[in-house]
Amino acid sequence: MDNEVLIEARALTRRYGPTVAVDNLDLTLRKGEILGLLGPNGAGKSTTMKMLTGNLAPTSGEVFIKDVSLHEDPKAAKRHLGYLPEQPPVYPELTVDEYLRYCAALHGVAKKALDAALDSAKRDCGLTDVGHRLVGNLSKGYQQRVGIAQAIIHRPPVVILDEPTVGLDPIQIREIRKLIKDLGQNHSVILSSHILPEIQAVCGRVMIVARGRVVYNESLDVTRTGRIGAITIGLRRPPEQAALAAIAGVKTVSALGNGLFRLEPESGSDPREALADAAARGNWGLYELSAHTHTLEEIFVELTSRDETRAAA
Amino acid sequence: MSTVFNIARYELRRIFLSPLAWAVLAVVQFIMGFVFINLLVEYANSAGMGGDQFGVSDYIGGSLYGFATILLLLVMPLMTMRLFAEERKSGSITLLFSAPISLIEIVLGKFVGLLGFIAVIVLLLGAMPLALNWSTNLDWGRLAAGLLGLFLLMMAFGAAGLFVSSLTREPTIAAVGSFGLLLVVWLINILAYNDSVPFKELFGYLSLISHYESLRRGVFDTADAIYYVLFSALFLWLTVLRLDMERN
Repeated sequence: MDNEVLIEARALTRRYGPTVAVDNLDLTLRKGEILGLLGPNGAGKSTTMKMLTGNLAPTSGEVFIKDVSLHEDPKAAKRHLGYLPEQPPVYPELTVDEYLRYCAALHGVAKKALDAALDSAKRDCGLTDVGHRLVGNLSKGYQQRVGIAQAIIHRPPVVILDEPTVGLDPIQIREIRKLIKDLGQNHSVILSSHILPEIQAVCGRVMIVARGRVVYNESLDVTRTGRIGAITIGLRRPPEQAALAAIAGVKTVSALGNGLFRLEPESGSDPREALADAAARGNWGLYELSAHTHTLEEIFVELTSRDETRAAA
Repeated sequence: MSTVFNIARYELRRIFLSPLAWAVLAVVQFIMGFVFINLLVEYANSAGMGGDQFGVSDYIGGSLYGFATILLLLVMPLMTMRLFAEERKSGSITLLFSAPISLIEIVLGKFVGLLGFIAVIVLLLGAMPLALNWSTNLDWGRLAAGLLGLFLLMMAFGAAGLFVSSLTREPTIAAVGSFGLLLVVWLINILAYNDSVPFKELFGYLSLISHYESLRRGVFDTADAIYYVLFSALFLWLTVLRLDMERN
């Protein structure tokens, strides 16, 4: 994979009066990545995206798009961007074709290439059949698709989508997710959401934002195969708790009753094999052994609520 | 430059897709037609009664276009109110802000689109005296000066309205605001008749309407044209500043 950096944001800060919406946020997007921006409501996701797209000037910090400063040369920098804000920026009185032609022209698509751009954007977003209809008469889901088509019609290297599936029905959500995944083949995408499964289904990397700060920034593979959080073990003839605690790699043991125990492993170790071994030797009647990996949800809740308790203190 | 015309083209298209534009044109045409016929009948009745020093062009052109200014003062705020306020309300302004175009291009594009609508009104107003062309000799130079004056006056109204529209997200507030602003700049020449006011000539000069008077009488003075151009440029520049502020 090409590792060209497409967006680099350094120390972005945005204040609204005394409120700090985004605080010292760094962000890097490489070619071919789908980055999920995750956070509770009001965490600063939309503010960050507005700053990345030049809709809002950061109080301090800088954004570079393909090494072009958004502050110094906004026209050149914005050429590489496609942006879908929370509310699709559509004109209800135009037809889909008219609207998309206008968007393409605004983004500098040459007249000759316009028809091809229009056709491919409509095909990608499933709009081929509604080209002649008024945007205002389309359902919310279709308007959202028009919004996405608008963001990709000029084939920008970077597409930024702010909560693209809000207000859609489950089938439309699936379709839009598939569309975003397909987009990820040729474009780099930043996607914001507060819906965890969405990020999990679509993104390659996740960035959790809470109170305007980045609190987590990892590839999703890490969270999928990552650390083991806790182990549940079920034994028909359980030994003393101390015997379980003595097994290498086990930190704490708590009994859940009915021969079930919850074990907390020492960080970085996986005592499951040793546990099975010990159970077989001691004839404990092992009937259940399962590990809970840290799901994205746990990480999210842990990081965002920890932050809130800290703020409350 | 092509960006400006692209924005202008779609702006004009959207103006004419809304029923508001057609309603405004219809009402303006109806009222102006009423006034026109009234003037015509009056002129016909007074013919041969020693009023020979006034030609039909003076009489119709002067009075008709003089009356038009008042009507257009009422109507232009309705046409400018949506330009930015509605886009902000619906969020579609983000499209323009995230596209690779400058604020100046956005503002000029909208303004040129509006000029297209203004040109349509001017053409319709020009069509009324044109109807007399086959039955009498018209002083077209004089009528053209009047129409040019109307165009310049509406251009100034439009620029001020565009600015007010960029201040708010409620189109109705933009309409009320620009109507108020235009009326104040219009009426500022009242001060010129008040002897106790210092620099009274200055206020008379600044008023929107005083520069129209000579054009209406068929006298083209570059100073008057430049006044309207500068007035419009000032408000367009203020609009750009205002939109830039919005991002900060």
